[in-house]
Amino acid sequence: MDLLNLAVKSIFIENILLALFLGMCSYLAQSKKVESAKGLGLAVIFVLTIATPINWLIRKYLLAKGALEWTGVEALAELDLSFLTFICFIAVIASLVQIVEIVIDRFFPALYTTLGIFLPLISVNCAILGASLFMVERKYTLAQSAVYGFSSGIGWALAIVALACIRKKLRYSHVPDPLRGLGIAFIITGLMAIGFLCFSGINLGS
Amino acid sequence: MASNKRILCDPLTDNNPITWQVLGVCSALAVTTQVKTAIVMSLALTFVLCFSNLVISLLRKVIPGKIRMIVELCVIATLVIIADQFLKAKMYDVSKQLSVFVGLIITNCIVMGRAEAFALQNKPFASVLDGIGNGLGYSIVLVAVAAIRELLGSGTLLGLQVMPEAYPCNTLMILPPGAFIIIGLLIWFQRVYISKTLREEE
Repeated sequence: MDLLNLAVKSIFIENILLALFLGMCSYLAQSKKVESAKGLGLAVIFVLTIATPINWLIRKYLLAKGALEWTGVEALAELDLSFLTFICFIAVIASLVQIVEIVIDRFFPALYTTLGIFLPLISVNCAILGASLFMVERKYTLAQSAVYGFSSGIGWALAIVALACIRKKLRYSHVPDPLRGLGIAFIITGLMAIGFLCFSGINLGS
Repeated sequence: MASNKRILCDPLTDNNPITWQVLGVCSALAVTTQVKTAIVMSLALTFVLCFSNLVISLLRKVIPGKIRMIVELCVIATLVIIADQFLKAKMYDVSKQLSVFVGLIITNCIVMGRAEAFALQNKPFASVLDGIGNGLGYSIVLVAVAAIRELLGSGTLLGLQVMPEAYPCNTLMILPPGAFIIIGLLIWFQRVYISKTLREEE
């Protein structure tokens, strides 16, 4: 139940894009077409689900204070490497994206044609790094961070597909010239965020 | 000299990284509920941007083209760690409020974008100017949004009461939707009054 609560919370109540503003750049750039929004959404779900638990393991067994105790070397037992968190996480994400790209290309060519061009974009998507950093800050367990990664990805995909659909309709409406494109995209996102605020009334009983 | 001045001043108005190039908006929205956090965030970003441009510009002839992204990320991540450790040591309460967003400077597209688009092709001095210019352009937008949100949302500026006591605080401004809408309006304003040419879009 706890995990389900967490999933609902990170998809709807604290949507990673609409409440925490993570991943805005690719969200705005890739939401012109519904197809590419879908592709990018899937790729983000995929990478977030893998990257968050892996970063959790790295944090737990390499970086946190006293994390190197398992090596048995006395000099390492007290070491606190947490200042290296950022650089390790970003390196993990960047290399993970590369590996995922190669694996998908080799074994799932059909999936690769859908996700292929979006994967490289993802290593600099702040939603991925942001989810990993939030996972550290909120002290999630391994299972919780896996669920958190997966459901944040779903939340993000939901938001980008929704915006892409709205922008598709928008092409036929009269928007003032200077507001076209980005300006109106921001305002629509604001309205979507107001919509998502309604979910904050949900009581998860915890 | 004229070109150096342009490098420095262009990003402030005409070519502003947030409203025109739409880079780095993620952090711009999240830290703008108060002016104070916005100022600290702007300083951190300007610092990172300026030095990452400098380092990458110095290294531009030795970085192999294929792995340049990784090299850039390493340089940026190192600088962000320095900024983060500094904030934790000297301004602990602000760094708590900024929480993960200092770390997210790494993936802030402005830093990466300027490194790719400018520092890789230009001399160190010009790159530093470009870094400062873009950092300031980012700061202007950030502080402006923060000022509007704090003023309308809590009736204060930098923590001082500005609005009369009777002012009913508009909580929407503090909540996420307020940020999106204000940035949208700001882009509108900028495209009408400041930028001379309108770019074709869509």
